[in-house]
Amino acid sequence: MHKGKGMKFVGDSRISAERKPNIPKDYSEYPGRTEAFWPNFLLKEWLAGSVFLVGFLCLTLAHPSPLEGMADPTDSGYIPLPDWYFLFLYELLKYDFASGPYILFGIIIIPGLAFGGLLLAPFLDKGPGRRPHRRPVAVGMMLLALTSVIWLTYQSASHVDWESRAEANKPVPPSEQVNIDTDSEGYAVFENNCMSCHGEDLQGGAAGPSLVGIDRSVDEVKDIAQNGTGSMPPGQFSGSDEELNKLAEFIISVNKEE
Amino acid sequence: MLQKIYDWIDERVDITPLWRDIADHEVPEHVNPAHHFSAFVYCFGGLTFFVVVIQILSGMFLTMYYVPDIENAWRSVYYLQTEVAHGQIVRGMHHWGASVVVVMLLLHTMRVFFQGAYKKPRELNWMVGVLLFFIILGLGFTGYLLPWDNKAYFATEVGLNIAQDVPIIGDELKTLLSGDEEIVGAQTLARFFAIHVFFLPAALFALLGVHFILIRKQGISGPL
Repeated sequence: MHKGKGMKFVGDSRISAERKPNIPKDYSEYPGRTEAFWPNFLLKEWLAGSVFLVGFLCLTLAHPSPLEGMADPTDSGYIPLPDWYFLFLYELLKYDFASGPYILFGIIIIPGLAFGGLLLAPFLDKGPGRRPHRRPVAVGMMLLALTSVIWLTYQSASHVDWESRAEANKPVPPSEQVNIDTDSEGYAVFENNCMSCHGEDLQGGAAGPSLVGIDRSVDEVKDIAQNGTGSMPPGQFSGSDEELNKLAEFIISVNKEE
Repeated sequence: MLQKIYDWIDERVDITPLWRDIADHEVPEHVNPAHHFSAFVYCFGGLTFFVVVIQILSGMFLTMYYVPDIENAWRSVYYLQTEVAHGQIVRGMHHWGASVVVVMLLLHTMRVFFQGAYKKPRELNWMVGVLLFFIILGLGFTGYLLPWDNKAYFATEVGLNIAQDVPIIGDELKTLLSGDEEIVGAQTLARFFAIHVFFLPAALFALLGVHFILIRKQGISGPL
């Protein structure tokens, strides 16, 4: 670089008037088969990226992103679940040594040690060797951590019936949200017999499906209320025949208003 | 014509050295999958960045329709999902991209770890990378609430209760995140939106910048 006396600038700026040639470096003398990043390697990167993008778009087209019903803080029957990459932490907190009086183990000490160790790995594993078999402690700890995370995630996920969960929490389109006459006699019967499973707006919950949008006759509704259907056990309804009539008519009326 | 525009700018701003800085760097043989197929493991970091770019772009388009308040958040997402042309694809990219970014990030971290590439002189870059990992997890956690469906609401409530169990600062931490000591509601959604869209991306960009500058300065780690 030119320094000192005799420097020329563009106007009154600090930009040198001397133009530098815009030519790529020559890598032919570098060891091995070194390649220039621009443009040779970048083009290959783009090709790999396009293949990846196509695969990714196929995934998004094949599986539309899920959306459950609008948040209802009063829905006490809902079983919360975090996204899959937090499942291992969630599962960890179910163990006795990581919950209740030992909750600090679960939320601070164990994750703190694990993630702290990850952050400080270069200072814990200071030996000169880079090959895995030359640093058995570091590699062993990482394998142990990986195995535990995978195991915890598997434990947590395998106990969930994802399909019925998605089915029970389907979103209700705003246009299909029905006005429910909560003052009617039928609703009072519903409240006493059915609401704990089917929800206060008949929208369904963890234990029972939605009663909005069903295609049943009055007699069928009566029969199901008394004798159950599918996973619904019999004997859920306890009341007089008159109440049963009102209940069935109420449920049918909600479905007719649509 | 283009050359003239380039020369005109270069004369005034002297961009050639900058441009050569970006363009001129070697790709050694041992990281090039064209020479050794097993070198595809070196792609994980770049692919992570690629998915992050997808997240940024799809997220920018999502904010065109998303409304961060509890009355309209779910409705706007539902509308985007069902009525807007290609809305489902854009939201799908953002939703699945969040998972893919975590997977790619994990693979990248494992590659660096098992190759021992974090050893001297690359300790700093490893720590920046782990911080980036935390930021990505934070983005995943805050983004989960935004559609305001049951899944979002109750998972966030659990997350906030865990934050509350932290000793000494627990209550303050929860209030800071949710905007209220008790309620998970309008304030929480607004805060998570701000954290997800402004605070964490700002930190993400800054750390990504440091991550890349350090890679260029130190060069990629040599073959094992």
